[in-house]
Amino acid sequence: MAEAHAEHRAHHFETAEQQFESGKLGMWIFLATEILLFGGLFCAYAVYRSTHPEVFMYAHRYLDKTLGAINTAVLICSSFTMAWAVRCAQLGRRKALVRLLAATIVLAACFLGIKYVEYHHKWKEGLLWGKRFHATLEVPAGAAPAPPAVAPTTAPAASSGERSSIPAAAIGPRGLAVPGRPSVAEGEEGPPKNVQVFFAVYFLMTGLHGIHVIAGMIVLSLMLLRARRGEFGPSYFTPVDLAGLYWHLVDLIWIYLFPLLYLIH
Amino acid sequence: MAETIEATKHSSDHPAVGHVLPFRVLAAVWLGLLVLTVITVVVAGFDIGNFNLGVAMAIATVKASLVLLYFMHMRYDRPMNAIVFVSALLFVALFVYIALLDTHAYAPDLIPGYAPELTR
Amino acid sequence: MKEGGKKSMASTDVAVGGGPAGVAENALGKDNYLTHGRGLRSWLLTLDHKRIGVMYLVSILSSFLLGGIFALLIRTKLLSPGTSALMTADQYNQSFTLHGAIMIFLFIIPGIPAALGNFVLPLMLGAKDVAFPRLNLASYYMWVTGALLALVSITTGAVDTGWTFYTPYSTTTNTNVIAMVAGVFVLGFSSIFTGLNFVVTIHKLRPRGMSWFRMPLFLWGIYGTAIIQIMATPVLGITLLLLIAERALGVGIFDPALGGDPVLFQHFFWFYSHPAVYIMILPAMGVISELVSVFSRKHIFGYKFIALSSIAIAVISFLVWGHHMFVAGQSNLASMIFSALTFMVAIPSAVKVFNWIATMYKGSIWLATPMLYVLSFLFLFGIGGLTGLFLGALAVDVHLHDTYFVVAHFHYVMFGGTVIAFLGGLHYWWPKMFGRMYSELWGRVGALLVFVGFNTTFFTQFVMGSKGAPRRSYHYVAEFQPYHQLSTIGSYVLAVGFVIIAINFLHSLFRGRPAPANPWGGATLEWQTSSPPPHDNFAVSPAAGDPYDVEDWRYDREIGGFVRKPRVGSAAAS
Repeated sequence: MAEAHAEHRAHHFETAEQQFESGKLGMWIFLATEILLFGGLFCAYAVYRSTHPEVFMYAHRYLDKTLGAINTAVLICSSFTMAWAVRCAQLGRRKALVRLLAATIVLAACFLGIKYVEYHHKWKEGLLWGKRFHATLEVPAGAAPAPPAVAPTTAPAASSGERSSIPAAAIGPRGLAVPGRPSVAEGEEGPPKNVQVFFAVYFLMTGLHGIHVIAGMIVLSLMLLRARRGEFGPSYFTPVDLAGLYWHLVDLIWIYLFPLLYLIH
Repeated sequence: MAETIEATKHSSDHPAVGHVLPFRVLAAVWLGLLVLTVITVVVAGFDIGNFNLGVAMAIATVKASLVLLYFMHMRYDRPMNAIVFVSALLFVALFVYIALLDTHAYAPDLIPGYAPELTR
Repeated sequence: MKEGGKKSMASTDVAVGGGPAGVAENALGKDNYLTHGRGLRSWLLTLDHKRIGVMYLVSILSSFLLGGIFALLIRTKLLSPGTSALMTADQYNQSFTLHGAIMIFLFIIPGIPAALGNFVLPLMLGAKDVAFPRLNLASYYMWVTGALLALVSITTGAVDTGWTFYTPYSTTTNTNVIAMVAGVFVLGFSSIFTGLNFVVTIHKLRPRGMSWFRMPLFLWGIYGTAIIQIMATPVLGITLLLLIAERALGVGIFDPALGGDPVLFQHFFWFYSHPAVYIMILPAMGVISELVSVFSRKHIFGYKFIALSSIAIAVISFLVWGHHMFVAGQSNLASMIFSALTFMVAIPSAVKVFNWIATMYKGSIWLATPMLYVLSFLFLFGIGGLTGLFLGALAVDVHLHDTYFVVAHFHYVMFGGTVIAFLGGLHYWWPKMFGRMYSELWGRVGALLVFVGFNTTFFTQFVMGSKGAPRRSYHYVAEFQPYHQLSTIGSYVLAVGFVIIAINFLHSLFRGRPAPANPWGGATLEWQTSSPPPHDNFAVSPAAGDPYDVEDWRYDREIGGFVRKPRVGSAAAS
């Protein structure tokens, strides 16, 4: 019995428990770093949504709420199968473990499939980020048709006596929004300016999340291979447990992304 | 060299370390998460102004807590793991708060419409 | 195998024969970590924290050399104010950018934790290795990958944005920003995983009897550093990813013409980069805590204050980043808040300085080479830290921002602080790492030249900066030329000092006197194994005791090192 334990224990640990708890602590620290990585994007979201609320109100309508909700359910189910898989590993149920890991991976693939559908739609419509934005935007319901694009005018000349070498600013549809007022000028109706900001934030957040889903699928596939070889059981299931923690984090992030991006009202 | 499950002769039902989540807890959390998702979508359909964001975030936080406490075993684990995670959240909150404070405070200083074309 | 350590500790015998070394002596020519397993593969695939530490040491010192060469090129150009045959203005921009980026990301951030911490941490814990040895090796290879990406950038257009990569210049310049930024991203992960490893090691691998407050202060410093590495570096990661996305994909998040905000970049960047400077200084302070006690032959004063101040610095460091942005367009409200908080962060640092000085008071000061570095540190870090307060004062910073005053300030803390402490630590642990003593005479000469050269180079810059000399400037007005020339002369003296230090170390590897287990009389656990240590760190696991009980050790002329004083009433050593 002692040998079965000792097999899995690295030489610098004194007990299996010390090793297991070290692994867990290490993974939680890694998750903390992921929180901070995404935290930067949540910060960008907060800054831009609060300074351009009308952009977010308008542009989020282009996202498909139903697909978003389905994806949320898909990830929740994948978390369920993952947590169940960890339980099976702990109890030595190899076949169930393998099946549940496979199910988790399949659900992850479904998530990516639905994301692809969404991205494809955006790509076709030109609803992309920053420089790549080239969609024809609908006018908000009830508003007059958007006026023709205003030719950029220059800012008023600097006060006399000063000669700055900074080129005069362009004013026009691509200018900065004035906070507290919609970026549409007085008397103009039409979509707000800088709609591309929303899509920049959308693609950055869901894109980085998607990369993490892919990475998770790779890790889970490795776990699946090892599980099939019977490497996990009550005396050693740490890798499954740690992979599970990572996967739940991926779900956690989406739990926040969904309402923030899809359910703005 | 793989150790097969069949080879472990001792009480194989209980792992050497760690806590096993009972299946009923697993299933209950899963169902709870799905129900809360439905609620989120339904509530978003009603326009309650500024509270929409607050309610959505509150429900998301309940869902996140369920995932953290049960699926991720935080309830049964050493407190240090929770301290690490919560600290990260606090740092994010700090960052977001100050960034918001500053961007809102300098927004009135922005020159309306000033946006020189950047050239490569 | 935990035997009572005391009996075997008292042995002063030098073992004979070719087997593994005994506990209290030199292990050159016997089986030690350097000779255990030979060939390139045994090094490249090692899981031994000591070997990984040595590989890091070689790597970061090479980076220091490269960064130093850029520095000397810059200083040489600045001998004259006009256009120079040595480099064009664009090349000058690239030079100071690369000097900064190499020194910060390749040398000083990994610096003490990777090169010294990796070696010493498990030994100080009486442990066999860090918690995750494979992750440790992976961290090293991430460093190598980041370095290679940086090299790619340097050789294919380089970077001219300054190490701070401010937008909008960094998003529009035609230099190879993406490769450099990708390199820094990978280096960030190296840093994160090192911090992760150290935190888990300290939490989980402390021996029985070593509670948190019985841990050496170097480990408190490493722990505080690791908190910052873990919490701050990912924000740098996302910042760099956004910069790459901006350049490669035109995401527009920092471009005002696309609705973005360039000041937000600075918030993102400095949220990491300010705590990063505490990644640089906290391990250095940890080293000083060790050295000051040993070379005053006196117990450290105010252990708990020093320990907790490391954590205080780590936490407060996250609250002050806006002091880099006082003139960037940050609101007055935020600027005032950050200025006030900046004054707070100086307090725990000052607590440490007072406790170190109190340690020296009525001690028996031993002016060995490491102690010369301690004294240099106290003086130079004192100046650096205090000038940080000048810059933290909002109204004063409006005048001093982007002048040479800032350059002098951060060189005083990073170089006069961290590099000096690093040199002190290297001179302290060198005998343990390589089993050789270096020449004390040349060690002291090197320390002196570095001190004189450093002050000549950088004190001049304080004066220049207060007179308004702008930084990062190829051209300068003629009135500053004497200052620049003096500063450049100082930099050459510095270079000579480093050459002497390098020769001293290298010479010791071949001709140095074999080092005893405890040449300096330290009471921490790494001195209770042979020099160099065996592969498994300890022939006999040492018992944890008071890490500053230096008075328990006495100098033994015969072995040229320290041995434990015999205990009253214990069984006599054989």
